[in-house]
Amino acid sequence: MSFHMKNAYARRGLQAAFVSLFTLLASVAHADWGRLNMTEGVSILSKEIYGLHMTIFYWCVAIGVVVFGVMIYSLIKFRKSQGAQADTTLVHSTKVEIIWTVIPIMILVAMAIPTARGLIKIEDMGNVALNIKVTGYQWKWEYEYLNENVRFFSTLQRDSNHARQLGSGIDPATVPNYLLDVDNALVIPAGTKIRFLLTAQDVIHAWWVPAFGMKKDAIPGYVNEIWVQVDADKVGTYRGQCAELCGQDHGFMPIVVEVKSPADYDKWLREKQAEQKLAGESSPTAVIATAVTPAVTQ
Amino acid sequence: MAHEHTADDHAHDDHHDHGPAHGWRRWVYATNHKDIGTMYLIFACVMFFVGGFMAMIIRAELFQPGLQLVEPQFFNSMTTMHALVMIFGAVMPAWTGLANWMIPMQVGAPDMALPRLNNFSFWILPFAFTLLLATLFVPGGSPAGGWTLYPPLSLQGGDGFPMAIFAIHLMGASSILGSINVVVTIMNMRAPGVGLLNMPLFCWSWLITAYLLIATMPVLAGAVTMLLTDHFFATSFFSASGGGDPVMFQHIFWFFGHPEVYILILPAFGIISEIVPTFSRKPLFGYDAMVYATAAIAFLSFIVWAHHMFTVGMPLAGQLFFTLSTMLISIPTGVKVFNWTATMWKGSLSFEPPMLFALAFLFLFTIGGFSGLMLAIVPADFQYHDTYFVVAHFHYVLVPGAVFAIMAGVYYWLPKWSGKMYDMKLATWHFWLSAIFVNVLFFPQHFLGLAGMPRRIPDYSVQFADWNMVSSLGAFGFGLSQLLLPWIIWKCVKSGSPATSHVWEGSHGLEWELSSPPPYHSWTEHPSREIIARGVQH
Repeated sequence: MSFHMKNAYARRGLQAAFVSLFTLLASVAHADWGRLNMTEGVSILSKEIYGLHMTIFYWCVAIGVVVFGVMIYSLIKFRKSQGAQADTTLVHSTKVEIIWTVIPIMILVAMAIPTARGLIKIEDMGNVALNIKVTGYQWKWEYEYLNENVRFFSTLQRDSNHARQLGSGIDPATVPNYLLDVDNALVIPAGTKIRFLLTAQDVIHAWWVPAFGMKKDAIPGYVNEIWVQVDADKVGTYRGQCAELCGQDHGFMPIVVEVKSPADYDKWLREKQAEQKLAGESSPTAVIATAVTPAVTQ
Repeated sequence: MAHEHTADDHAHDDHHDHGPAHGWRRWVYATNHKDIGTMYLIFACVMFFVGGFMAMIIRAELFQPGLQLVEPQFFNSMTTMHALVMIFGAVMPAWTGLANWMIPMQVGAPDMALPRLNNFSFWILPFAFTLLLATLFVPGGSPAGGWTLYPPLSLQGGDGFPMAIFAIHLMGASSILGSINVVVTIMNMRAPGVGLLNMPLFCWSWLITAYLLIATMPVLAGAVTMLLTDHFFATSFFSASGGGDPVMFQHIFWFFGHPEVYILILPAFGIISEIVPTFSRKPLFGYDAMVYATAAIAFLSFIVWAHHMFTVGMPLAGQLFFTLSTMLISIPTGVKVFNWTATMWKGSLSFEPPMLFALAFLFLFTIGGFSGLMLAIVPADFQYHDTYFVVAHFHYVLVPGAVFAIMAGVYYWLPKWSGKMYDMKLATWHFWLSAIFVNVLFFPQHFLGLAGMPRRIPDYSVQFADWNMVSSLGAFGFGLSQLLLPWIIWKCVKSGSPATSHVWEGSHGLEWELSSPPPYHSWTEHPSREIIARGVQH
């Protein structure tokens, strides 16, 4: 009996192995293997950051080629099985030790300069045309266009939310932009320097759109700043996610930004203002929300 | 061998009250460094599989998009507990176990300096981890705010929250006691002729690690105690609404956390510095530089903490300081990698299992070092931070780094401990399976992170599906391959062929001058100058 059982288990195991192997091969055939690297993004800073990323990456590749090259050469050349004799006198050399300390220092200095330059650029909050306050909540984002009387929440799109429930039976591949779609997208104008003021109401969140390059924490009691200027010709939809663990639905509070031309943005803003004015007159919740949200300190 | 100390030489001393006790008393009342070392290693091995099982749950859930197995809250518990169990339960006790076994033998001492303290520091651990693992069964479940316990999120925990904090207190106490023992043993119990600058690098790296532990564990204890009072006694250390500062916790935590990273890796540097010379049949290149580099890394580890939190919004000067100090760490670390390479240069290399694991360490730890250098570049870190790129980075330094070094150490000294050889062919299989699967598991995570996948999410958009599946397959392969380790050890202890006292052709050092297995009390007499001279590193 046990032999028969074992056989059945083995057969089922083998079947499972074949099925998973087949799934794997099928997915390899259809995979989008292009996304191996950081996106260059569409903002001034994202391109600056991408440049630094590639520079340090190439430095690492260069150092790796030399170091791994010497290691692999040693592994091939100095094998006991090939009759290599150990030179036990080779235990110290001030000269080479100075060389392999000084050269890395020079590489670090070469890297530190563009890093510092990039940082100074990132921290330059001058000449912003638009301020948007972003507040993180468990588990949604609120956007407030400062001095424009526009504010709204942005939460995970309903079809993603259905599909992501445990045992929903819905194939994520059938849901458009699974987990990366929201009900109300943030809308910003292209070619304009925008400052985002980041804070949070309950726990720490982090606001991150990879195409914009920057990520910063949204912390209760703090107001953090980042600036974004999307290239004038990069109108489109960009997606990101909360990047700081913020509880059970941390993976389900995406960010969607629609970048419009300045004219289209103005049109959208006017419509939104009119809509919010109507809603504000009829609903007392907007007033309460204003009262609990901490004032932005600038 | 020309001169061997064995228990028989001193039978008249040892006969009555110095042999091992029988049955459970031997272990519960243990004061012998080898017995305690064995218990530490077995404990670490058990925790390695407990934490590994949690990793399997994580990777099974991430095998494909959508939630198939666990709720998000439980997933977060798994990532949190996996880290706590692996760091405090597997890697740190494994190092203490190796220290217990090896340090007295390497410095020519009969035992650790403080044997009863040694017993206490081990026996705290089973209670600490019972408490920690029991959180899985209490209302509200295990801590799910990440092992870094950032408030305010960690303060939302249920009944498991105070239990986890008490468990961390216990682990910290255990580590501090163990470290005091290491420091006192190395400072006071070295045999005449074993100088600080000619003792094995494993002792050196552990001495420095012990100081790091003594300096930072109280900081962690303070941080988690403040969390506790914030939660139960209405203090507001970290609560913005009460005038506190949630970012202050991160500063305090990482002031412990970064030295902790080196606590996990410095003993690995020590072990690699023992193994590479043995199988290159050549003394270690640049011994003094290795000691100074270790000390430099330890010093720097106290002034780089904020690189874990570049995205909290620091002043420009702070960001510049922490990026430069972090980059500096690559200098002494580079010196170490170059010295190991130079040790192999013009050597006579052979590839037994300890050397294979040490070589994998050299290559893969260096890859982890490269991604670490990339992470030090703050602007780029704004993209990498809290993505799978970071997950890939620290797993490269911790798994093929710390864990492979532990395996290398076990395969190096197991014949010495047991007096028997293990199945080299099986151990070589263990190595190749581990080395291949660890890369299948972690290398694709670099791609995932760069493509924009955040860490600590139970589900992801379909663009990340392919590499997640590859990574999960690697994880299952890696997890299954590790079952070979206890099997190889069991087989060795049960039915291995007898080992010689030197075991390896190129081994040098006092531990190899003792018989295999060594006498119950390692060096009951000081080793002679002649023996020390034979074993000295340079």
